[in-house]
Amino acid sequence: MAVSSNVLVQRRSPVALWLAENGALVALVVLVVGLSLLSSDFLSVTNLLNVGVQAAVTAILAFGSTFVIVTGGIDLSVGSVAALSAIVLAWGATPAGWPWPVATVAGLAVGVACGLVNAVLIAYGKLPPFIATLAMLGVARGLALVISQGSPIELPAQVAHLGDTIGRYLPVPVIVMVVMGVVAAVILNRTYAGRAMYAIGGNEEAARLSGIKVDRQKLITYALSGGFAAVAGIVLASRLASAQPQAATGYELDAIAAVVIGGASLSGGKGRALGTFVGALILAVLRNGLNLLSVSAFWQQVVIGVVIALAVLVDTLRRRETS
Amino acid sequence: MTGDILRAEGLRKQFPGVLALDGVDLSLRAGEVHVLLGENGAGKSTLIKILSGAYHPDGGRVLMDGRPVRIRSAGDARALGIATIYQEFNLVPQLTVAENLALGRPPRRFGLVDRARMERDAAGLLARVDVRVDPRTPVGRLGIARMQMVEIAKALALEARILIMDEPTAVLTTGEVEKLFAIVRQLRDEGVSIVFITHHLEEIPQIGDRVTVLRDGRSVAEVPASTPHDELVRLMVGRPIDQQYPRKRARPGEPLLKVRGLTRRGVFADVSFEVRAGEVVGVAGLVGAGRTEVARAVFGADHYDAGEVTVNGRRVPPGDVHAAMEAGLGLVPEDRKGQGLVLGAAVAENLGLVTLRDATRAGFVDRKGQRSAAAKVAGRLGIRMAGLDQEVRTLSGGNQQKVVIGKWLVAGARVLILDEPTRGVDVGARVEIYQLVNELTAAGDAVLMISSDLPEVLGMSDRILVMARGRLVGELPAAGATQDDVMAMAVAEVEGGRVQ
Repeated sequence: MAVSSNVLVQRRSPVALWLAENGALVALVVLVVGLSLLSSDFLSVTNLLNVGVQAAVTAILAFGSTFVIVTGGIDLSVGSVAALSAIVLAWGATPAGWPWPVATVAGLAVGVACGLVNAVLIAYGKLPPFIATLAMLGVARGLALVISQGSPIELPAQVAHLGDTIGRYLPVPVIVMVVMGVVAAVILNRTYAGRAMYAIGGNEEAARLSGIKVDRQKLITYALSGGFAAVAGIVLASRLASAQPQAATGYELDAIAAVVIGGASLSGGKGRALGTFVGALILAVLRNGLNLLSVSAFWQQVVIGVVIALAVLVDTLRRRETS
Repeated sequence: MTGDILRAEGLRKQFPGVLALDGVDLSLRAGEVHVLLGENGAGKSTLIKILSGAYHPDGGRVLMDGRPVRIRSAGDARALGIATIYQEFNLVPQLTVAENLALGRPPRRFGLVDRARMERDAAGLLARVDVRVDPRTPVGRLGIARMQMVEIAKALALEARILIMDEPTAVLTTGEVEKLFAIVRQLRDEGVSIVFITHHLEEIPQIGDRVTVLRDGRSVAEVPASTPHDELVRLMVGRPIDQQYPRKRARPGEPLLKVRGLTRRGVFADVSFEVRAGEVVGVAGLVGAGRTEVARAVFGADHYDAGEVTVNGRRVPPGDVHAAMEAGLGLVPEDRKGQGLVLGAAVAENLGLVTLRDATRAGFVDRKGQRSAAAKVAGRLGIRMAGLDQEVRTLSGGNQQKVVIGKWLVAGARVLILDEPTRGVDVGARVEIYQLVNELTAAGDAVLMISSDLPEVLGMSDRILVMARGRLVGELPAAGATQDDVMAMAVAEVEGGRVQ
């Protein structure tokens, strides 16, 4: 068959294709341009750094959530796990008196452990991810309150430096965000674990029948999500120099929103670290911009809800058109 | 043009990047079975989706009883008396047969659903399609053949004048096909017009009156159903296909796959066979005979209770896909889209799925190497695609199947288990798959081929195993065997089993 059936491919221009593929990035640019026209304060260095710091915690949580969402799962526990990890670190360092590096490792390990428990419930217990991580949302938050007896605990000074700014223009949270983003991108694109995540999210049965050990890969996926949540929790605590048991409440929803705005599909198999990064920036820019424009906090919630719906709607329409 | 109940004239449909229909005409008479023939991607699906209101044409028109009509939705199609039975059934498995038949318009009494009447109506419809099933059975518990009959009954409930059937025989066994044909003929004699899509040429003279052939989005001919196969193939692919089953039989070598006493309680029992290097062993039998279940167990996709599997002298532990793969087994599953492919991923990703682990060093995947291996295999298989980055979802059925087979070629599997390898695959790609099977066996690999397509089993196997009711009931050399020989084995044992 010299002429293959029906493939009369009409070439769209590369620019148009790129724009269609990077809708979130285009939206971010439009938002930035719009806000800098509306508010003279927006484009100042101080404000932009502020936006970066505000985006950092959401972005780090969202990078972890990207792994899970790419596999077609969901992790509702990341906000609670972030708080628990920070509490364990602070409690270990101050009341328990461990050296700060030990306490830090303990904090991170708790995050990973929470992820592993999620994964065991999901992969071996066959619980739906929504339920397993909803349970962990409660358990981790509860443990954070139990350990801290409901009060904030001071963070060791060495760790609290994570909240500092190097020189005048380099906030450490932003550096951590960028590093974690690069790590997430490398894992997703280059490693076996990452490629397996896409295969599992795209078609779990096909992945299994291609020799991918799906259960084991889910362990890795949720452990990564827990680990990223721990880092986010520690960064958040460092900005306040204290770990708070009620910190990051509801952040899991921001993380999911960032992933979805960034172009991932909740049904799995699609999603990129860069997209998630842009998604987290959009949320942060939007909140910052609305503050600068003195929009009331009540209305801000309305606007952000609408933006999430719009982002996904536009994406869905675009996909329907191209498929 | 009197007598035409439906005419389509110059239909055009453009999708982004693809011109799916480019001038399609169709004339359907009252009370005829009109076969729609064409390779995958020729535009058959697009055409029936236009007629059933799922797509709107960009050009051309549809006339019913000589008057132009607009079919803008499924509701419009229903109002015009057009019912469509897709390959994926539109049934709700959790609901009963009666509820499915009355879906959306249940009979009501005092505002509440009148179940007694609903079940009575259902029983009447089921009798018309000659299916004996309790209307209170959940549809999910029926087999595919009976689900299809429920779909037909649903069309009857809507008093359809035109029934469009998209490859209704693809999932049926020979006996079930006969039964379907009887119902189709009966409907035709009652004056229903039927648009019938099939890839099986031998069915055309049995069931059809006229044939419209589509190629590359155009209707290229309208011919009587008695047209010789060669001619139909030539019209369909635009060139003659030399040989439908080009099997080159080689002298078999050492046994590569040995299966001994494989048993899974309630599913299959004491299944033993060998497949030698260079050999194609066909597995025939009725749907539900346990062929797919045995294949999946051999491959480690499901557990079994007793027996052993040896590949190339190596014992393969039960329920371990990874070990089976390492030993050199590969499975091309029956359900291509559900189990074989990651539809939303690119061709390159799918081709590299099995070798992902092997291409990993210290956790990092050699994606360049994976890509060049994929490019090589895609070239060897002649996968028709825009590029390695094209989503597999958008390939035609035949090319999708080549991707599933291709991932095992990339992995260098020595024993390939093909489960219904050409279901829903067009003639051209089918012959290409057969040629590939020849290449593999010529190179000393082995193929176990499950197929419900008897001419295919006879044409492509060296030996044929016949399964019935979870047991291996016979073996015969393919040379000289006839369809009747195979069916006699497959059916005799079933009836014996029923008596027990």
